[in-house]
Amino acid sequence: MDSNTPNIIFIFVLAIFVGIEVISKVPSMLHTPLMSGTNAIHGIILFGGILVLTDASTPLTQALGFIAVVFGSANVFGGFMVTDRMLQMFKKKKK
Amino acid sequence: MTSTIAYIIIGISVLFIIGIKLLASPKTARIGNLVAAAGMLIALLTLHKPTGEYVWSQDWNFNYTLIVIGAVVGLIIGAVGAYSVKMTSMPQMVALFNGVGGGAAALVASLEFSKPDHSITTFIAISMLFATLIGSLSFSGSVIAFLKLEGKFEKPYTFSGQNILNGLILLVILGLCSWLAFNTSDGTTPTAFIVMFSLALFFGVAMVMPIGGADMPVVISLLNSFTGLAVAADGFAINNLAMVVAGTLVGSSGTLLTLLMCQAMNRPVSNVLFGAFGSAGNAGASGTGDLAGKSVKSIQADEVALLLAYAQQVVIVPGYGMAVAQAQHQVCELSEELAERGVEVRFAIHPVAGRMPGHMNVLLAEANVPYEQLCEMEAINPTMGRVDVCLVIGANDVVNPAAREDKSSPIYGMPIIDADHAKTVIVMKRSMAAGFAGIENHLFYKDNTRMLFGDAKASLNALVTQVKAS
Repeated sequence: MDSNTPNIIFIFVLAIFVGIEVISKVPSMLHTPLMSGTNAIHGIILFGGILVLTDASTPLTQALGFIAVVFGSANVFGGFMVTDRMLQMFKKKKK
Repeated sequence: MTSTIAYIIIGISVLFIIGIKLLASPKTARIGNLVAAAGMLIALLTLHKPTGEYVWSQDWNFNYTLIVIGAVVGLIIGAVGAYSVKMTSMPQMVALFNGVGGGAAALVASLEFSKPDHSITTFIAISMLFATLIGSLSFSGSVIAFLKLEGKFEKPYTFSGQNILNGLILLVILGLCSWLAFNTSDGTTPTAFIVMFSLALFFGVAMVMPIGGADMPVVISLLNSFTGLAVAADGFAINNLAMVVAGTLVGSSGTLLTLLMCQAMNRPVSNVLFGAFGSAGNAGASGTGDLAGKSVKSIQADEVALLLAYAQQVVIVPGYGMAVAQAQHQVCELSEELAERGVEVRFAIHPVAGRMPGHMNVLLAEANVPYEQLCEMEAINPTMGRVDVCLVIGANDVVNPAAREDKSSPIYGMPIIDADHAKTVIVMKRSMAAGFAGIENHLFYKDNTRMLFGDAKASLNALVTQVKAS
């Protein structure tokens, strides 16, 4: 365990509480868009995919890294777009 | 890590937090999504390696070409999926995007773990193994959830001793993980790792198969938070703080969301995951006995139109049947027509109506029903006694009074919309088939209930015409 580890765990613990706090008063009508929006946010795994692929050195790791990038990219782009499509319908009725 | 990168990561984290916060209110939800997306874009443009080098200024090689191709392929898949999917199939799409995210998390962790030339601490090894396990479980589980929502093997798949078998598989997985965590440089590691990976994939399938299609929203929400945690663990593994923050936010908010959904159904999470609820065999049997001899009363569209046109208060309870019949536009037309005649129209949205919480809201919003008209169950129930006509469109279990009255019913205790308290209840339904939970609905047999059989869309069109004429 290196010296940086406690810092990361500290951030991790704080983020848990922030995550709970920000959605504690969400109306049930927004559950689906919220789930979809947070789903897009974990699409940040795309960058994990990019980072491992830059270091890939064998065809196997390149192939697996490539799949990770495709998956992550579909998650992040698709996630935000599908959420936006859901939410653009939540507009006030034109009078 | 230089301090500039640290400041950028703080900024990105703040954008994610504000994004989620704004997503939780109807007025700002769309902006919230864009704020989070902006955070993601900044994260992409400022991506640094764990060693501190800027990713996009490195020498271009074949790996970068692969990254660009991969990202574009993913973008196309995501865009086509997001924009071609019907509004009724939105939940499936979320499940699928979540699944690929979990898959990516598992692959990233596996690749990091199997790097030949580095020594890792036990803590990092555990993070990687956790991400692999949870990510692959989330991937296969989401695929099964997707297929269930698509109508493939919707029914729970159960056999005796299933929970014990699943428990054993989990024990083997955890055993392998703990062995791997302390033997990262052992020669036999790859085999054990591949076995663990495969078992985790299989466990995802085994975990979701026994759960009925009606509970998929809860499952997807849970798997969504799993993927978040897997991403956070990946962040630990490759020392990327933005991933730790984003993944943890999703993990904790997703867990809370899952609990809120279960709360709405008045069932503990454990019951959803291990209860194999909704298995038609035992559920269908209960609750039918005391209905023997009772019959339902049907009604024609023109009569319903009269009732509606001369009512003062009308409550519409939409359910999955409305989504299937794609009848949300007709519902909106009817409510506009009634509103013009001075009828007060409200929509009662049960927290778990449809296949996902908020599913009905999305559909009705698509049809331009102003969200002020959409009422939550707690708000509408005390006023149900004053309602002249309650129009139930394709909803079933969420208005079943058995949840209040019949202690033997599997849904006993679930909060419901008290449709039966209205003076007249009109149930629009295709046939007398049971709802998703596979149980008889006592509401259909009440004295103040009338059944309007037929396709919801066709019936609603008839109603609109008749209301206009009367």
